[in-house]
Amino acid sequence: MKRLILILLLLPFVNTFASGGSEHLEQAQANIRSKESLINGAKYYMSYCSSCHSLQYQRYSRMAQDLGLTKEEVEENLIFTGAKFTDHITNNMSAADAEKWFGKAPPDLTVIAKARGVDWIYTYLKSFYKDPTRPSGWNNTLFVGASMPNVFWKEQGVQEAHFEEHTSSDGVVTHSFKEFTKLSQGTMSDEEFNETVRDVVNFLAYTAEPAQLIRMAYAPWVLLFLVIFTFMAYLLKKNYFKDVH
Amino acid sequence: MSKTKTSKGMGARFLDWMDYRLPVSKMWKEHVSEYYAPKNFNFWYFFGSLAMLVLVNQLLTGIWLTMHYKPDAEQAFGAVEYIMRDVPWGWLIRYLHTTGASAFFIVVYLHMFRGLMYGSYKKPRELIWVFGMVIYVALMAEAFMGYVLPWGNMSYWGAKVITQLFGVIPGVGDTLLEWIRGDYIVSDATLNRFFALHVVAVPIVLLALVVLHLAALHTVGSNNPDGVEIKKNKDENGIPKDGIPFHPYYTVKDIFGVGMFLLIFLFIVFVKPDMGGLFLEHDNYTPADPGVTPAHIKPVWYFTPFYAILKAVPNPLGGMILMFTAIILLFTLPWLDRSEVKSIRYRLLPFKIALFSFVTAFVILGWLGMQSGSTVQKYMAIVCTVVYFAYFPFLYFYSKNEKHKPIPERLTH
Repeated sequence: MKRLILILLLLPFVNTFASGGSEHLEQAQANIRSKESLINGAKYYMSYCSSCHSLQYQRYSRMAQDLGLTKEEVEENLIFTGAKFTDHITNNMSAADAEKWFGKAPPDLTVIAKARGVDWIYTYLKSFYKDPTRPSGWNNTLFVGASMPNVFWKEQGVQEAHFEEHTSSDGVVTHSFKEFTKLSQGTMSDEEFNETVRDVVNFLAYTAEPAQLIRMAYAPWVLLFLVIFTFMAYLLKKNYFKDVH
Repeated sequence: MSKTKTSKGMGARFLDWMDYRLPVSKMWKEHVSEYYAPKNFNFWYFFGSLAMLVLVNQLLTGIWLTMHYKPDAEQAFGAVEYIMRDVPWGWLIRYLHTTGASAFFIVVYLHMFRGLMYGSYKKPRELIWVFGMVIYVALMAEAFMGYVLPWGNMSYWGAKVITQLFGVIPGVGDTLLEWIRGDYIVSDATLNRFFALHVVAVPIVLLALVVLHLAALHTVGSNNPDGVEIKKNKDENGIPKDGIPFHPYYTVKDIFGVGMFLLIFLFIVFVKPDMGGLFLEHDNYTPADPGVTPAHIKPVWYFTPFYAILKAVPNPLGGMILMFTAIILLFTLPWLDRSEVKSIRYRLLPFKIALFSFVTAFVILGWLGMQSGSTVQKYMAIVCTVVYFAYFPFLYFYSKNEKHKPIPERLTH
């Protein structure tokens, strides 16, 4: 009985049901508490991503507050659209143009980290390779046929993907990704590039839920209060039940 | 004539004034301070009061959410993000509500399991069980419609798949489907009516049912882990010898239960509100898109046992009938169980094995309902469905002349 209770109490913490794709994902190891990483991520996001991908639920002002930036810093370095400090992070691309250029409007990325997971985005951004058969000239091993080009090609360097050919017993030929090789060296070393992508992903993890910074800060105090409260409630209960036999 | 100064204080005089006009003291005594509950309530008896706590949580947080939410297909998804970002403490209110939905089902499932273990549904408590089951069904409707409101892609496709169930009914299916959706497809009209039902209609029904559930309980008195009626042994004042007044004993004990519950509940709210996609699904962070089907449509965890039963049958109509039968059969338990013994403590191994298999099958079905469904999983689902349904005829025939351990006269522990 005691064991059963223990199992039931622990059940909510077990995370075995979490759904996940079967594809291999690299660990982003993003640290939401690192302001430095978030600010760097915001910089890269604004320069490389925001012209196509809006963050329509995120305000510049809230970002400044949470990342410890001043209004001036944001206006000078991070707003490229003429938007006001309190505006949402949108862009000037019309949906019609976007569809014409990419076949499908680039999705808003405010909560993408919740939908896809940080590891997925991290792996995705690192998995672009040169593919002349695609309209953009790029393809992606994680998201095959993605219409997005490799925006970080200068930093990362151009990659080529190698595939292994498998022939099953009934003669069906399939290809599986084996490895990347560099066709040209980027302006960043591999470590620097990983760090940059990690920061961008970290920034998206932040925009997906700015409140997580607050709730994580409150969590220990809430739980500490409850431990004390529950212990006192237990003593009270014990005292009342002394005369119940 | 001079005024006589009464010795009573302000509070007492106010109570006298009230009691003359409304049975305040009488109600308090009848249902709280002189409601005699068995003295041996254990761990499993926390979940009734906890269900009440979660209900109140859902009502209060729900009211505050409606102050900021927009039931409009164009605005709903953004309204939720607005609550999460721009509304002061909006994130906390929403997470209390979303975590509360899952907590409600956890608490209710444990509460129902307690009833199955200790025979709390048996005579004279049949109505308590039936009202409880209606609450459970109303809760499922409430949760389903609430899940549609954020208008994420899983909201949309979940609504589509679940409403489609009614479409397979021969003859009236299409008409019924259109009537439920308010449109030919799941659309703004569907969202709007689900909002009305979720925040007004079903909560009123739920509250009324809780009153009935408690009124029936207080008429016959609570069962207990021994399954022995405490009203059979009363002292000279007519008070059950094994009973203790609900207040202060169980009010104090339930506060302790609330503390333990909140430790887990608020841990989830503050640390892990998504529960890794179990309480808030990943696919629901993409706005509803009728053109993009999620790779794997599945309901939230508390519906998955029934979803697995639905999917275990190749024929949609057959699956739907079986799924609803799985719920309806639970209503009949008080009449299926013909044994003279209530509690599992005094029942023999065959019953224990049957109940254990039934619950295990239900839990495995819940897990299967979340999976994409490999061949092995399909067979598992069939086996578990058979085990689930087998419990009912087994109980009916086995309990007729059931052998059991000697039932004590008074409560043991």
